[in-house]
Amino acid sequence: MFMNRFQSGLLKTTLLSLCLSTAGFAAQAETTITAVMHAPLRAVDPVISTAYILRNYGYMVYDTLLARDSQGAPQPQMADWTVSDDGKTYTFTLRDGLKFHDGAPVTAEDAVASLNRWSQVDKTGQVMAALMSEMTVVDDKTFTMTFPEPTGIALIALSKPSGVAPFILPKAAAETPISQPITSTIGSGPFKFDEAAYQPGVSATFLKNEDYVPRTEPADGLAGGKVVKVDKVVWTTMPDSMTAVNAMLSGEIDFYEQIPHDLLPLVEGNPDFTTEMYRKQGSQNLVRLNFTQPPFDNPKIREAALLALGQQSMLDAQVGAGSQYARTCPAVFGCESPYASDYAADKILEPHPEEAKAALAEAGYDGAPVLLMHATDLNNLAPQGPVIGQQLRDAGFTVDMVSMDWASVVARRASKAPVAEGGWNVFSTTNVLPDVGDPIGFIGVAAGGASSWFGWPDVPEIEELRGKLASTSDPDEQKRIGQEIDKLVIDNEVMIPMGEFYNVTVKSASLTGQLDAEAPVFWNMEKSE
Amino acid sequence: MFGFVLKRVLSAIPVLLMVAVIVFLVLRLSPGDPAVMIAGPNATPEQLEDLRTSMGLNRPLLEQLFIWMGNIARGDFGVSLVSGKPVADLVMDRFGPTLALSITTVILAVAVAIPLGVIAAWQQGKWIDRLVMAGSVVGFSVPVFIIGYVLILIFARKLGWFPVQGYRPMSAGFGEFASRLVLPTVTLSFPYIALIARIVRTNVIEVMNEDYIRTARAKGLAERGVLMDHALGNAAVPIVTIVGVSITMLIGGVVVTESVFNIPGLGRLVLEAVLARDYTVIQTVILLFSTIYVFINLSVDLLYGLFDPRIRY
Repeated sequence: MFMNRFQSGLLKTTLLSLCLSTAGFAAQAETTITAVMHAPLRAVDPVISTAYILRNYGYMVYDTLLARDSQGAPQPQMADWTVSDDGKTYTFTLRDGLKFHDGAPVTAEDAVASLNRWSQVDKTGQVMAALMSEMTVVDDKTFTMTFPEPTGIALIALSKPSGVAPFILPKAAAETPISQPITSTIGSGPFKFDEAAYQPGVSATFLKNEDYVPRTEPADGLAGGKVVKVDKVVWTTMPDSMTAVNAMLSGEIDFYEQIPHDLLPLVEGNPDFTTEMYRKQGSQNLVRLNFTQPPFDNPKIREAALLALGQQSMLDAQVGAGSQYARTCPAVFGCESPYASDYAADKILEPHPEEAKAALAEAGYDGAPVLLMHATDLNNLAPQGPVIGQQLRDAGFTVDMVSMDWASVVARRASKAPVAEGGWNVFSTTNVLPDVGDPIGFIGVAAGGASSWFGWPDVPEIEELRGKLASTSDPDEQKRIGQEIDKLVIDNEVMIPMGEFYNVTVKSASLTGQLDAEAPVFWNMEKSE
Repeated sequence: MFGFVLKRVLSAIPVLLMVAVIVFLVLRLSPGDPAVMIAGPNATPEQLEDLRTSMGLNRPLLEQLFIWMGNIARGDFGVSLVSGKPVADLVMDRFGPTLALSITTVILAVAVAIPLGVIAAWQQGKWIDRLVMAGSVVGFSVPVFIIGYVLILIFARKLGWFPVQGYRPMSAGFGEFASRLVLPTVTLSFPYIALIARIVRTNVIEVMNEDYIRTARAKGLAERGVLMDHALGNAAVPIVTIVGVSITMLIGGVVVTESVFNIPGLGRLVLEAVLARDYTVIQTVILLFSTIYVFINLSVDLLYGLFDPRIRY
């Protein structure tokens, strides 16, 4: 009897121990998100490059002083701020518990050095630096920015979500000249970079930063608490989209940042996956004309080009006819932007070949070929060239479409030489909407002649208005100026908006909690087993 | 023999030097540069110039060439202009997957193609011959990536026997290593099986018409002995040549296979480097490929002597 009870007790204890140990094991099992991102990570300096994969990397490893919430409003992230009564001095105070991955505390010196480096590279940062009279470290946790006039640029710039975001690096790294990429991967962000596992162009591994102290507010956009709910995130590169989809269907990956639209039917409707479109991560197509070379040095011929082009055909070629993942949009700064405008929508949205022909005749266009650079190696750009070329031909332009890889387009577009000597007339590209929606930082609207982006438009009124917008802190006034810039950009054909399209992210159904933000971020994301 | 090998090795030096100079010049004369790729799509001209200066890309072309060749002579392959990592480390990281895939492909191709070719020759004009030849046309004609997708669909997606993609080194366990190599190996071997089988068949048929084969048969030697000892042995020289050629062709073939199966090998490294204009990486990998070509050709020449005793060096 005793033996029976003893054996029974022993059995129960053993079973209980087994259960507990299994539960313990389950609790300790490592959760890893394996993600295929839109591009491979090959470098680790998040400041000198505008490549979006480096922005995404920056959000993993580094932190920002301010961040925008889901409504686009600047919120405290690493720092809170106060503004002096005269609106000229901003005082930023770092919150408690901020530490770099090597254990060193984050100080105001680090923040100031990082902002100095960033503002040499980023357009918005350059404007902020030009308007600022001084940036001073007050103590370990406090620094100030002083402007001669009241301005809202400090909050706009420090909460800039995309392009080159103002990430905070350790002072030693931040003092690296901008002509020299940094190789350190020490940040203070919610993930630590696993250098040992890093294979440039192949995979990058991010480990949960156990020492990270998130804000107490709930995550909202890029603002709020960055609570990491997985142990590890692995970014793997898959050069072939079909392989990535097959790997997704086989459960080998959890997250595919940008599935090609034509492969969507393979996963849509499958209960094992969710597909989501993040409008803030969408892109705007744009056409750029070279103002320095004939025929587009002639405003009337530029107008003919604007009339010749229409958006729907290009969007159809990119994401498929009737797709919900694209929309026409006449607004230079994007249709979700506070500066959205429908100025000249009738001219911009649809092609008007007959009116364009009339404009060409009036301008005395002699039929000289227009050299259109067509990038063939990027999914979103490859369909653009043939559509633009055909629309221009329909309007009476003679078009010489030269197909090349993107690196060759970027090299050639820097040339101000005549076409016969290696120059160009037209190219097209895309920019993400968070970059487009910022009149100060968006390079597509800068019109300072030789100092502006490729194409070199020279419209002093635009530059004057951009300066005014940067120096005002009144949102209504900012909106009014932004819409005025939109009008001038279209009237001078500084750039021609060609519609918006949205990438689709595919996730395993076990992944939840992705934030609706300007960049794909992995905090707040959970993976259930 | 030793003199021959030494002469061939020494003669490879000017070949490699020429390859180095040509690759260097072609890269520098083609549009685009790594500064553009690092700085991203929205970089300003000033940013690009600063980066070019820091990378030494603004120096005179000849100066850049001499610096690079001098460094190589000292065994320094430089650092990747894009990632900042030593090129030697990048190449070594990627060499393992390509080597593994190449070896398994050659073994599979030779193991399947030679028997198929011999059987087709033996059964010349019969259905089995026609089947092998038809298969070889298919193997040649269907692009490797199509074969890869079909194999993934059947064996990875439907049957779940193998993973869809990826590579694990042997250190991760033989099962992990082998399971990820099966589909890429089968995919990549298709055209080589087709090529080698056709050559084997043609040469064995030619040899089978020789007088010594008739003599062997007249002496009462069994057909198996005739085929294996006399026909195949005497057809070996062109077969060895085509196997050597296949190995060199493999280097080009791995680019597509590595992409389809997401294997981080040298093929993908060079493709990525070309798209990113990562000069130092491209130059080193092309030099490595050239060296491999030279030594495979040398090995084939030496093997001739093994199969044909009349050939002496």
